[in-house]
Formats: sequence, C-alpha cells, structure tokens
Amino acid sequence: MSFLYYPGCALKSSSKGYEESLLAVLGQLNFPIQELPDWSCCGATAYMGIDEKKAFALAARNLALAEQFGAGETVHLVAPCAACYLVLLKTQKYMAEYESIGRTISAALNAVGLKYEGRVRVRHALDVIIHDIGLGEVRAAVRRPLEGMKVACYYGCQVARPFAEFDDQHRPRSMDDLLRACGAETVDWPAKVTCCGAMLTGTIEQVGQRRSYMILHEAKRRGVDVVATACPLCQFNLECFQGPMSRRYGDEVKVPVGYFTQVMGMALGLDDRRIGLDRLFIPLWRPVAMV
Amino acid sequence: MIRTNQTPDGQPKIGVYICHCGMNIAGQVGVEEVTAFASSLPNVVVARHYKFMCSDPGQELIQADIAERGVNRVVVASCSPLLHEATFRQACAAAGLNPFCFQMANIREQVSWVTADKDHATSKAKALVAAAARRVALHQPLERRRVAVRRETLVVGAGIAGIEAALRIADSGKKVYLVERDSSIGGHMAKFDKTFPTLDCAACILTPKMVRVARHPNVELVTLAEVDEVSGYVGNFTVKLRRRARYVTGACTGCGQCEEVCPCVQPNQFEMGRSQRKAIYRNFPQAVPNWFVIDYGACSGCRLCEDVCEAGAIDHEQEDEVEEIQVGTIVLATGFKTFDPRILPQYGYGRYENVYTSLEVERMVNASGPTGGQVLLADGSEPKSVAIIHCVGSRDKKTNPWCSKVCCMYSLKLAHLVKQRTGAEVYNFYIDMRTPGKGYEEFYDRLLEEGVQFVRGRVADITDWPMTEAEEGKLVVRAEDSLIGVTRRIPVDMVILSVGLEPQLDAHQMRKKFNISCSSEGWFLERHPKLAPVATFTDGVWIAGACQGPKDIPETVAQAGAAASEAIALMDKGHVEIEPNTVEIDEEKCSGCKTCLGMCPYHAISRDDQKGVAVVNQAMCKGCGTCAAACPSGAIRQHLFTDEEIYQEIEGVLSYV
Repeated sequence: MSFLYYPGCALKSSSKGYEESLLAVLGQLNFPIQELPDWSCCGATAYMGIDEKKAFALAARNLALAEQFGAGETVHLVAPCAACYLVLLKTQKYMAEYESIGRTISAALNAVGLKYEGRVRVRHALDVIIHDIGLGEVRAAVRRPLEGMKVACYYGCQVARPFAEFDDQHRPRSMDDLLRACGAETVDWPAKVTCCGAMLTGTIEQVGQRRSYMILHEAKRRGVDVVATACPLCQFNLECFQGPMSRRYGDEVKVPVGYFTQVMGMALGLDDRRIGLDRLFIPLWRPVAMV
Repeated sequence: MIRTNQTPDGQPKIGVYICHCGMNIAGQVGVEEVTAFASSLPNVVVARHYKFMCSDPGQELIQADIAERGVNRVVVASCSPLLHEATFRQACAAAGLNPFCFQMANIREQVSWVTADKDHATSKAKALVAAAARRVALHQPLERRRVAVRRETLVVGAGIAGIEAALRIADSGKKVYLVERDSSIGGHMAKFDKTFPTLDCAACILTPKMVRVARHPNVELVTLAEVDEVSGYVGNFTVKLRRRARYVTGACTGCGQCEEVCPCVQPNQFEMGRSQRKAIYRNFPQAVPNWFVIDYGACSGCRLCEDVCEAGAIDHEQEDEVEEIQVGTIVLATGFKTFDPRILPQYGYGRYENVYTSLEVERMVNASGPTGGQVLLADGSEPKSVAIIHCVGSRDKKTNPWCSKVCCMYSLKLAHLVKQRTGAEVYNFYIDMRTPGKGYEEFYDRLLEEGVQFVRGRVADITDWPMTEAEEGKLVVRAEDSLIGVTRRIPVDMVILSVGLEPQLDAHQMRKKFNISCSSEGWFLERHPKLAPVATFTDGVWIAGACQGPKDIPETVAQAGAAASEAIALMDKGHVEIEPNTVEIDEEKCSGCKTCLGMCPYHAISRDDQKGVAVVNQAMCKGCGTCAAACPSGAIRQHLFTDEEIYQEIEGVLSYV
C-alpha cells in the first residue's frame, strides 16, 4: 500500500511548521511516505466558487498523477491541509456521481495526456495517524508524555464536513483520542467544528475576526495551554490576529495555537526546531510539570 | 382454432358484451365495429354493446341471454377486472351460470385511456376481445371452497391499541390471547401524565381499561411473553408463545416487601434509566398484572425476597416455557420506539445533564415518576427557562424523513405542564406547527395566550458555550429564527428534545414471523393506504396503532376498533371462501424436487415426504402462479390459468394483429 504526501501550497509556505512537524512525526513512527512529484494547486476552496470546472480540473490533475503510483492498486493521497483535503475529496465524489462533470474533467485530463480511474483514496493526516499507524503505536513512541498539558482540539469546518470520512460531523473525537494518547488532557468544548472565519478574515475583517475571537475566548475560558489545529488557515486565523483582536474586543487574548502534529512531536521527544515550534508567534511552552 | 370437443361441455356458446362506459370507451373505440367483429368469432352466439354494462339494465342483458339463448360463456369488454369482475361474476351466478365461465377484457385502462389514435384503439380492442373469447371457451366451472375459522384471537402487544382491540373482541364473546413482552401492560401510554389536547389524565382513562382487560373472562393475558413462531393460515393459525420466567407466581399480592429487602440496584428502564430500581421490581405501583418480577441478570441470588414474601410467591426455579396455541385471527399492535437523540451529537443529549428527551420529561411530570411530578434540573432546582426542540429525529433526511405526527401536540402539552408547574419561560423551536385534529389547533391557540414562546427554525446546536454574561452556566440554544430572519442564541436551564417515533427494532423479524409486509423503514404495511388501512396482505392478520406508522391515541384507538371489528366479523361468519384460481399438483408428474417450495411467497406448498410429492394448502394459495411457471416437470396446473387457456389468449391477440 503506498502513501503519497500532497503538501499543497500552504505547507510549503505559511505553514511550513505543519510540514516539518508532520514529516518528523511520521519519520519517528517509521511510516514511509513520499511526496507526490510535480503536484500542483489543489483547486482551492475559494476558487471553487468562481470557476468550478477549473478547480475540479486542477484537483483531478493531482489525483491522476497520484494514481500512476499505484500500479493498479489503491493509492493513499495524504492531504494535511483541510482545504486540499476537502477539494480533492469533493472532486473525486463529483466526478463519480455526476456524469457530466466526470466527462468534462476526464476530457481536460486527456488534453494533457492524463486519465483518472478513481483508485486514489484521499486521506487527512489525522485519519492516517489514527487508523493506519494506530494509537497503540503512538503511545509506544511517546518519550515525554504531555502530562499537565490542557489541549483544546480544534478541527475546523472542513475536516469533518461535509463528507465525514473518518469522524463525526458535529462532534469529532479523533484528535482528542490522539492527543490523549500522547498524555495530554483534552477539553470537551463546543467550538470544535465552528468556523474560524476562513477567508473572511482577509475580506470582511470584522466578521472573520469575530469568529476567531469567539473560539479563542472560549479556549481561554476553559484554561487551555494550546489550541491544536488540523488546518493551515485555521492556525493562521487563530494565531496571527490575537493582538488586533484583543484591542478590538477589549479582552486580552493570548493563547498558543499550534498544529496537532507539533503537539504530538513534543510528546515524541522531537527537537523544537524539527517540529517548527520556532515558527510560532505565540510560543508554545511545555507546562512546568513536564519540564 | 378451438375445436368444440376440447371444451369441457363440448358446446361453448359465448356471449360478448362491449361496454361504452359513457364516452370513456365509446369516445375512442368503435364499439359497433368491435361488436360486429365479435359476432364473427367462433362459438360466439351473441354480441352486444351497451352504454353501461355494469348498470342493472346492462347486467340484465347478459342474464337474459343466459336464460333465453343458452349462453354458457360470457365475455365483458369494459374496464379493469379490479373494478367490476366481481360484479359480472355475480350477475352470471344470479342467472344460473357458473361465475368462472366468465372473462373480462380491459378496453378502458388498457385501450381507450391510453391510445391516441381511434383506429388503433379499435383494433386493439378487437384483439383483446378475440383473446378473451378464445380463452373463455376453455373455462371450467369452478367452485369456491370454504374453510372454517376458529373463534380465538391472538393480540400481540398490550399498549392502548392491543388493549382496545382485545376488549372489543372479548366483549363479542370470543377468546383473546393478549401477549405482551414487558412485565406489565399499558405500553407508552402508561408512562404519560396527561393527554393532549384535553389534558385528561392518562392513567385515569387507561388504568380502568388495563384492569378490565386483565379481569375479562374471555381474555388470557400473557405478559413477559413473545411470539416465537406462527404457522397455518387464515382461520387456523398455530402460534408458539415463549413465556419468559417471571420468578414470581400469580400468588403475588403486590405488597412490595421483597422490593424493600432486595440489595441489588439497577437503572430503571421504565424511567429511561433516569432513576434506580431493585432487581425485584414492578414498573409502577398500578402495574397490571400487579405482580413483581425478578430481573435475573441483576439478581445476586441472595433470596432475601423469598424469606420476606408472606404469600410464598417467589419461585427462583421458574424456567421459560414454550406454549402452543390455536387461533383463527391475529391483531398486531406492537407499537413504536422513540428516536435515540445520541445520533445527533449537536444536541448534547447524554453529554449535558439538563438535556432530556420528551419521554423522560413525560415521566418527570407524572406524579408516579422519579421526581413525583416536579420538573427539576439535575441539581434538584427548578428551571427558570426551558427550550423544547421539535422534530428531533423527524423530518430530517439525515435521520428519519417522516413527520412523527404527535410531537407538535405533545410538545405543546409539555410546554403547558412545565410552565404551569415551574412558571419557567418556555420556548418551542419548531419547523412547522402541525396541529390538525379535533381541538388541537385550539390548544395551540391556548398555549400562545398562555405566553409560551414560539421560534420558527430548526435548532443548529445546543452548547455550554457562553458569549455573554447572561449565558454563563446556561445551555445555549442556537437557531435561525426564520420569521424575523436572524440567528438567535437563547440561554436556558433545561432542554427537552421532542424525539420522533420509529418502528420497533425487531419490526422486520416480526414481519417475517407473521408473513406480512413492512415499508423500507419498518412500519407494517396495510393492504391499502386508504381503503384497507388495518388489513394486511396476509388474510386473518390485522394491524393497529403505531406499528403501522406514527399516530396519536384517538387514531390508535379507532384503528384498534377497526381491526377488532374486522376480526370479529370474520369469526362470526365462521368460514372463509377461498377463490378457486389456486394450483393443483399432478402427483404423477411431480418429481418432488422442491423447486416450488422456495418460490411460493405465501408458504402454501409443503412436501409430502412419504409420497415424495409437493402438496398445496388450498387455503393459503393465493393463485399467483409463480410455482406453476417454475415447475420443471410441468406438474403444476393453475385453475383459470392453464397453459392451454394462456396459449389461446396469446393466439387470440396474435391471430388478429
């Protein structure tokens, strides 16, 4: 069974820390994964709203490239970015379910000498770590359990919805299970799948920021040490505007926001720089009890 | 060409009657041309057309020809046999002709209504008339058979539907076995405090019926029992009942001493696990029968109960018993279950202690419930604000698409009771208010005047996520208010989920046991949704109450009455007439291969192992012909559908076209 890594644009730029920590964690767990050569943009969620056909074609190109690695078998394409994950899944489903879309996109692929037959399974990194590596393996690899660390697992809107491939749409638990296996305490909070504001933070700032603020305020109220995310945009929105947010709402918000793989990496005893902790604006410290 | 000596009597004299059906047929089919054509067919002695063949003068035309012209085979070309086959068969019989020497050609539904071109329609009608005339020449006189019907009824399920049906049948002098799988009868209704819209006390109207049915000389009440197996056919069913051990005999006086000494504590299922009970228990103090029962899974075997029981009613040695009973008719009244809201995690049931299901609150407002009739939060205080969420597990493609029909009304009832007992602000979140029914809309109006709040919109989620000070420590209900076009957040102390109705989990097993049909969801299927709402496709088996679909108490009682009276009517008649279009097995040809056994949808065929041949139970055979078509030896002959009759029919159509 082959697992291919599809980084997407964010993991190579603004969320470099996600890539670093994911690859370091998978390496530590001896899970072989190879980057998909010549990958291109996933089609992007925002672009989907403007020109669905081009977005589908872009995504399908990556699916077709991945399929070539399977030698007729199923290929697992691991997309750690929630937006890539959603767009790739959506493309695959729409091509299979709507004949006209399937036909159009196949023709587009054909034009560049590619074809896609549906043998790729699009997977989120969270799904792969839980179901292919397993919590037992993770537990066994933990070197420095996150005792005393209180984590708010924040899944965002796109990992579980709308397709709910591996977890509950409204109340996912996979990340909670994973980080508990790493020794952390997770809070059962209602903001797990609430929208972070997404692109609105860049377009209608006051609407987008309010979404992020509500989530962070609740995390702070519950006294968490870190908000763990599974999506580059969520991480960006939640982490980067805490200063303006505090001024806007007159409420000092300062909560570290990291990727779940970074939190995991701490438990596996990986060096801070290897898991990109140095890239965070709000430093993520190990609680005193752990040090 | 049929030679007359091939026909049973050697001389068929066929009369053909073409109906105009007003303009329904005559407007499209050249009836005179068809009549002339029919006259020319072999063995046809008379052909006529008339405005309405089904009318009295129309029928008299046929009868006169039978009497005066010696017509001994009749073809009527008119509408669908579903509509008037019985009418014309009766007309033939009244004139002294065997009713099965008759054939109908459908030139309305199959010709005039569906054929645009008049010439085309006329030639199609001719082909169908030719087919009917050729096959009717071969028809044999057949007799309907009679099978006696036993005067006992099995009623399965002793909720309000089963109790009502049992009482009606028992009052008419027939024996009833009323079987209930719980330890006491009354079903869901026994859990309710008040009933909508009149707010009369559920116990006050139900308990007298429960007591009466238990004491009725014609009713044998069998609790803690289930039906294992059913065999036989209408009028003569054999039913295997499994009586589970109660470990307490009928000598129990219901004094309750055993319960006091029992050391084993269990969640009380009757209270949906919201309170505790002992291993020896009864569902509620007015339970019928008022005998205790031991939950052996929870019992430690200490036998303290045995020591204190003055009546000597405890019997730890009891075992399950299987009993066989014979009944003529069966009424199924197995009820429903409520939707499990854990499937919708966004509503927080099972996570937030102050989120309740409607059934739990029904118990809470009931004086004999776990809180003695008080509406209380988990910490024992009274709520100051309560949200009632409608359509939980109803009208939702992700769960159940159907409307559960009773939730709007019971939500109103609970809103009234909660407001009355606590003075709390009560919010109803609804999609549409559905209050059709006598006095129902008026009840809704009354609630509006009482100041209960109504918000139109489906609730998105229920969280403990405060955004303002007023929301601290509360459950926050987030919903779109589609009447004012905004999203609202309403903080409350308590949430009641109005859960929908679902088929029982074992509905499909039950359906198989009784050989009836289910909708894909699991509701038992009536024979006709409008005109036969309590009959099933299996003769002698009726359905009543919510096992057929969500319904309220009045509707359930009406249905139970209907099912009972149909069963009574059949038992009073004392016999069933079996249509003679059944199959017969030619034992000479039958190889005993059993192919037909598996094909028969009615389980009417068995194998006589001594003779090594298949045997058909004429009372169970519905004449579908599946076995006759499947038999590899051609040993099965179906009356009215013999091979020769079908070939002649085909030839009739083909010879014309």
